[in-house]
Amino acid sequence: MQERRFACASDELEPGTSMTVPGDPPVAVFRNEAGDFFATADTCTHEDWSLGTDSDLDDEEVTCPLHMARFDIRTGKPLCFPATVALATFEVEVAADGRVYVVV
Amino acid sequence: MTTLIVGASVAGIRTAQALRMVGHRDAITLIGEELHQPYDKPPLSKECLAEPGEPVPLLSNDDLVALDVELRLGVRATSLDAERRVVRTSTGESFDYDRLVIATGVTPRSLPGAQHLAGVHTVRTYDDAAAVRASLAAGRRVVVVGGGFIGAEVASAARAQGLPVDLVEPQDVPMTHLFGVEVATEISRLHELNGTVVHAGVGVAGLEGDGGVTGVRLTDGRRLDADLVVVGIGAAPATDWLLGSGLPVDDGVLCDEQLRVIGFPDVYAAGDVARWPMPFGERPVRVEHWTNANEHAALVAATITGGAPPRPQPPYVWSDQYGRRIQIVGTPRAGRAARLVGSVTEAAFVAIFADDDGRTVGALVLDDARTLMRCRKAVAARTPVCELQLGVPAAVRA
Ligand SMILES: Cc1cc2nc3c(=O)[nH]c(=O)nc-3n(C[C@H](O)[C@H](O)[C@H](O)COP(=O)(O)OP(=O)(O)OC[C@H]3O[C@@H](n4cnc5c(N)ncnc54)[C@H](O)[C@@H]3O)c2cc1C
Ligand code: FES
Repeated sequence: MQERRFACASDELEPGTSMTVPGDPPVAVFRNEAGDFFATADTCTHEDWSLGTDSDLDDEEVTCPLHMARFDIRTGKPLCFPATVALATFEVEVAADGRVYVVV
Repeated sequence: MTTLIVGASVAGIRTAQALRMVGHRDAITLIGEELHQPYDKPPLSKECLAEPGEPVPLLSNDDLVALDVELRLGVRATSLDAERRVVRTSTGESFDYDRLVIATGVTPRSLPGAQHLAGVHTVRTYDDAAAVRASLAAGRRVVVVGGGFIGAEVASAARAQGLPVDLVEPQDVPMTHLFGVEVATEISRLHELNGTVVHAGVGVAGLEGDGGVTGVRLTDGRRLDADLVVVGIGAAPATDWLLGSGLPVDDGVLCDEQLRVIGFPDVYAAGDVARWPMPFGERPVRVEHWTNANEHAALVAATITGGAPPRPQPPYVWSDQYGRRIQIVGTPRAGRAARLVGSVTEAAFVAIFADDDGRTVGALVLDDARTLMRCRKAVAARTPVCELQLGVPAAVRA
């Protein structure tokens, strides 16, 4: 069953930042410098850390601050150790009224 | 073609994984001295001291099978013949190789007389950690020798279990050599705040006991009662098996920027044992950090397969003490503390280190991951400290 979960209003999320959308599973929503939105699983696949709440976004690369694993937010792919497992990715929909949803 | 990896811990296992990830199809043999399935080291002085359990595996059984390596545990390399390309082992076997990766890490230093006394431990292996945990559970009187990361983590684990802890540290303030006296003083307040008694500026004159340890004599004449002594006074590269091999060994195996052992084109080194000119440093150094071992593994795999080397990352290390997380990025000792925010009695504490030109070379951050990541960027870009935007440290995040 697909769920369309409200994330934020698009102007609430600054380019180059991220947020966590609570739920099961929690989802990280990222906005790159170009203003595009991407969504992945919120929890780092290495141990346990919320990437939406606390991480470092550099272009399309997110770094986990616990042990510095990096992922591509477009594909979820791990880019370096200690991550070897990809993050699940989710579709993002920006509605006409500017509201941002993730499809989980 | 066979790639032989000696040392089956962080650097060794990650090298095998990285080789497979970049499509290396040759046979890989991994030999490791320890009997446990490859496990992770940082938990040894953290979770593993808190409760009984199992070592934290470096990879799952399925992943190990998928790796398609010949893993020989309980086998210690005893010598290397680099000309004939053979490693000999404690089991009397000879392992031929086309390429050799040295990943034997380090061996902890101990105190004279320690091997004859029960109750004196270092913490490097799971068996070490299990022995310390069992003694802690038996409610011992603990003396920790050495106020570095491992010593501090052991003290913290013992305090969490309500045991009395004395910590002996030769410097006037633990960690001064890494962070300078001002920042070291702030950080070592964590000990006092949590009831660890620090005896600083004093050394160990000897261990007392007959069979089992009963006390520690200090160089100032005092004596501390102890039935558990944990020694965390550093470690030496595990290169004894390379004696006579002709490899360049001088506080580690000397490597070039790509981790090729100098003068030996088919031999590589990775992790704590490798001394190399790291991208964010000046002269060849040995780095005993977990992320460094991970990064080395990826770099060695790229060097072996001729792939593009991974982008260098600033040095990083963390330590968990008394329920707080200390994170260090860059090389604080390459500069001076230039900006301090917060304190250990507040939600967070941040110390930024600058070189003589005022550029960021390192940071120590307590419980503020977001600021840490900002500092990491500043280290990579050598941003002037005065241009760094630092808010009031955020509240402790779970
Ligand atoms: C208790 C503890 C806590 C730590 N906590 C942190 C932390 O919080 N953060 C951090 O960044 N870093 C931490 N570290 C450091 C980090 O774990 C190391 O940097 C990392 O393990 C290095 O990996 P390595 O594979 O190079 O060496 P090691 O992990 O030491 O592995 C080397 C392996 O080689 C084997 N070996 C040695 N000689 C031979 C031989 N002759 N033949 C066959 N096998 C051999 C050894 O048995 C060992 O298994 C900690 C280390 C310890 C010990
Ligand atoms: S939890 Fe993210 S890198 Fe370890």
